[in-house]
Amino acid sequence: MKDISELRFPDTVHYATDHEWAKREADQAIVGISDYAQDQLGDVVYVELPKVGARFEKGDVFGTVESVKAVSELFSPLSGEVVAVNTTLENTPDLVNSDPYGEGWMMRIRCSQPAQFEEMMTSDAYLAMLKG
Amino acid sequence: MKNETATSGLSLNEPLLWERGRKGRCGVDLPGDDVPQSPLPEEVRASGPPDIPDLAEIDVVRHYTRLSTWNFGVDTGMYPLGSCTMKYNPKTNERQAGLAGFCNAHPLLPENLSQGALRLMAKLQTDLCEITGMDAASLQPAAGAHGELAGMLILHAYFAGKGKQRHKIIIPDTAHGTNPASAALCGFRPVAVPSGPDGILLAETVRDVMDEDTAGIMLTNPNTLGLFEAHIPEISRIVHEKGGLVYADGANLNALMGIVRMGCIGVDVMHLNLHKTFSTPHGGGGPGAGPVLVKKFLDPFLPVPRVIRNDDGSLALSEDFPFSIGRLVGFFGHFLVWVRAYSYIRSLGPEGLKRASQLAVLNANYIRARLKDTYHLPYETPCLHECVFSDKDLTPYKVSTLDVAKRLMDHGFHPPTIYFPLVVHGSLMIEPTETESKEEIDRFVDAMINIAAEAKSNPDLLHAAPCRTRVTRLDEVEAARRPCLVG
Amino acid sequence: MRYFPHTEEDIGRMLETIGAGSIDALFSGIPPDCRSDGAMHLAEPLCEWDLDRTMSDLAKENAVWPDLRLFVGAGRYSHQIPAVVPALATRSEFLTAYTPYQPEISQGTLQAIYEYQTLAARLMGVDVVTASHYDGATALAESLLMAIRKTGKSRVVVSRAIHPHFRQVIRTYLKPTGYPVTEAGFTNEGITDLSGIDLTDAAALAVQSPNFFGCIEPLSRFATAAHDAGALLVASFTEALSLGILKSPGSQGADIVAGEGQSFGLPMGFGGPGLGMLGARQDLVRTLPGRLIGKTKDRNGKPGFVLTLATREQHIRREKATSNICSNNGHCALTAAIYLASVGSAGLRSLARTNHNKAAYLAASLETIGMPRRFSAPFFNEFVIQAPPAFASIRQDLLQKGFLAGLPIERHYPELKNHYLFCATETLSRWDMDQLIAEVRP
Repeated sequence: MKDISELRFPDTVHYATDHEWAKREADQAIVGISDYAQDQLGDVVYVELPKVGARFEKGDVFGTVESVKAVSELFSPLSGEVVAVNTTLENTPDLVNSDPYGEGWMMRIRCSQPAQFEEMMTSDAYLAMLKG
Repeated sequence: MKNETATSGLSLNEPLLWERGRKGRCGVDLPGDDVPQSPLPEEVRASGPPDIPDLAEIDVVRHYTRLSTWNFGVDTGMYPLGSCTMKYNPKTNERQAGLAGFCNAHPLLPENLSQGALRLMAKLQTDLCEITGMDAASLQPAAGAHGELAGMLILHAYFAGKGKQRHKIIIPDTAHGTNPASAALCGFRPVAVPSGPDGILLAETVRDVMDEDTAGIMLTNPNTLGLFEAHIPEISRIVHEKGGLVYADGANLNALMGIVRMGCIGVDVMHLNLHKTFSTPHGGGGPGAGPVLVKKFLDPFLPVPRVIRNDDGSLALSEDFPFSIGRLVGFFGHFLVWVRAYSYIRSLGPEGLKRASQLAVLNANYIRARLKDTYHLPYETPCLHECVFSDKDLTPYKVSTLDVAKRLMDHGFHPPTIYFPLVVHGSLMIEPTETESKEEIDRFVDAMINIAAEAKSNPDLLHAAPCRTRVTRLDEVEAARRPCLVG
Repeated sequence: MRYFPHTEEDIGRMLETIGAGSIDALFSGIPPDCRSDGAMHLAEPLCEWDLDRTMSDLAKENAVWPDLRLFVGAGRYSHQIPAVVPALATRSEFLTAYTPYQPEISQGTLQAIYEYQTLAARLMGVDVVTASHYDGATALAESLLMAIRKTGKSRVVVSRAIHPHFRQVIRTYLKPTGYPVTEAGFTNEGITDLSGIDLTDAAALAVQSPNFFGCIEPLSRFATAAHDAGALLVASFTEALSLGILKSPGSQGADIVAGEGQSFGLPMGFGGPGLGMLGARQDLVRTLPGRLIGKTKDRNGKPGFVLTLATREQHIRREKATSNICSNNGHCALTAAIYLASVGSAGLRSLARTNHNKAAYLAASLETIGMPRRFSAPFFNEFVIQAPPAFASIRQDLLQKGFLAGLPIERHYPELKNHYLFCATETLSRWDMDQLIAEVRP
């Protein structure tokens, strides 16, 4: 596991307390997990994602991510409807480790309450939370 | 180092089974047909023979003999797996289980032609009740987890009978790993509770969560830290006062035979693992047997069929128990495993069983005493049959529990249980059992002390371990990312 | 006691190291009110030779071959077990090992079970097979739970031609969660009858072939019916030897296959342990209960095997696991693999054919003495006959003469009064069968 100082937390995305990030694009959001979350998990071997069209409230479980000996649930940081999922993760789940904010994205949702972005953390606030 | 247990020797390679086959070979001489041919209709018949290899008998013998040499068993060396009780598996038990009258008995024999099997079942049930202080038993469950399922089904049936089902069950963080899944199969929602600072569950913790919608508690006693749940009488009282039931996971009974009777300290339902406490072999993962035992008021719920006694003293099987949870297996359960367990009980007798528990506890405490200055000991409470250390003192050297476990193999020992229980970060759970001698344990302890020294002087040696085994560390990530489950 | 290596001197030195005055002192963590009072009332210990006598006396009270000739299967089958099978399976490195959690020193078990998974998948016609389940009945019950999880529907349809005990186990497993079980009847041919059965909200249709009556079910037809309704077809079996000659369940469209593998080299053992064989299509792999072994490489690129996809299992996913199974019947799976390796492809087909020939001969012989087959569908090595009422007492007399002549099935099928399920395997000779007929002949 890396030291927090070795991890990346871009300020172009918003962070949730459960370590998901969301990147705003108009009324939609791209969602994934943070560099800290992937590092805690270790080598990701499987990602279970929702079906396009599924609807979630903020805080609902939208999938799971697995390493060899651990399973973590993924919590939707925003309410909305799934418009796309990253199907490349089916065969290359390691993208979550190597590029958590890019190729390792998980789903794209159409937000029903865009105001929820304001409830999420900036990268500075998230880093402060991690450092306790 | 002198007196090393492990060394390197000649180890033969062996391909996959189907790489050995040759069309036209056969490993058995088949009986010819002494009756006329009667071909099956074409629409049900496969077009050709099944796709499995054809080998000669010597091919089969070489293949499996070589494979077996790549395995480490209790007969090979010490197997200090915590909460698994890898004691010696007596050879006489195998002889008894191989008797034709047991092996070749059909389960649907008429009762008058299977009195021997039924008597063995009845006697084993009686003995297990006597050992645990419970009132009635069913041998049916096929393994420990299956025994837990039976117990949870009994809880479910009990509350159904009361007319008000309950939905939650309390499970402490030191309970066995299977408990939450067993409870969930019956629709119970596990409520996790933490153990106290001494590693045992406090009564007030239970009092705070026990309510009218909680079916009861699943307690492993001794728990997975090897500690006796000393507050169990009061915890049982709290659970019972709210109308709940106490389930005990008896996986660790090897610490308590002849010393504590679960039935006398408030337990209502429990299971045993015959493949742990009663010496039946693990067989590389099974079969085991997990009898479920209950107090009298839960007797009506036990699985069917049950062995009953006729007026003339003969035994029979009966399904006439209207409140039973039903049938758990295709026939009666793992009969040939019971034969071994019964042989064990008859070989040891009451004093022998108690001695087994005493020596198991002595061995574990001896290891704890000899290692406590070398490895971090998370709990000061005296242990029973197993002791738990952590890798806390090794982290400055970037050495983890996994590295210690892998290095132990190079020293000729099977690793302990690692990363369980979850309450201890980086835990090493060591259970020597009573069948290891002082010399063997001393060798194990010396190896552990050596490894701790290596961790400081040459951590890379540990990161690279094991180096004396046929294969080095395997890529489990690749195995899970791109599963290859058939050849 | 010969299993305890401790001398008094050892014990003294160990207590000294611990700093305890006595062994009893080690139990100080147990409060006095939890201690048991007095000794356990168990029989005094037996030395090894006395144990031999005691156990053989018990074993002698069970009737077995050659004193008893079995014409009954119904879930446990009398087959020849080549000497090589137990000789290899009981090698103590296999027998006394634990679950292969530490792969570097468990490659023997791991490769052997990987090979079992492969052979079983080929025989069952599926993509993946688990490292074993307790028995056919529990494997079938867990398959239905698996189908419920996969489809999100809760009702299952189960054929009445499935072994009655298997159906009891299904009910036990499904009862607490309240999943409804609908039973489908059987036709005059002896196969499952789907007429009047609604599959639209069903998670699964479960059928056994050969079924309890020995009849071979038209699985393809049921696969179509199930799939058209969005349900999975779960195919079961109790006589694994039939896989040596019949079309495999998977090749006929079964999504999950769950059956009993006892016929592959395991003794009947009064019903246990047996072998739960459980397999499925590739896309169901993550909903499978129990252990799986996969192939991988070590750090030097050398091939090896590990337990894999463990995140489905109870010790990791806890209450959300696909099953609570931990110990399985791995040693029975190993035994089955050794048996299959010994008998081989040609041998298995030939042996299966022999079983059918014997059963066909027995059925024809019984018909000549007024006990015709009840069902017309093709059968493998078991069949149901209709007998005159007097046969019940004849059958009792035959027990004294060493014949177990068929199993009355009225208890499970009230509409089949005076019907008996007969079985013939390679362990019965023509002479055995002719003798039986001569005894019964009016």
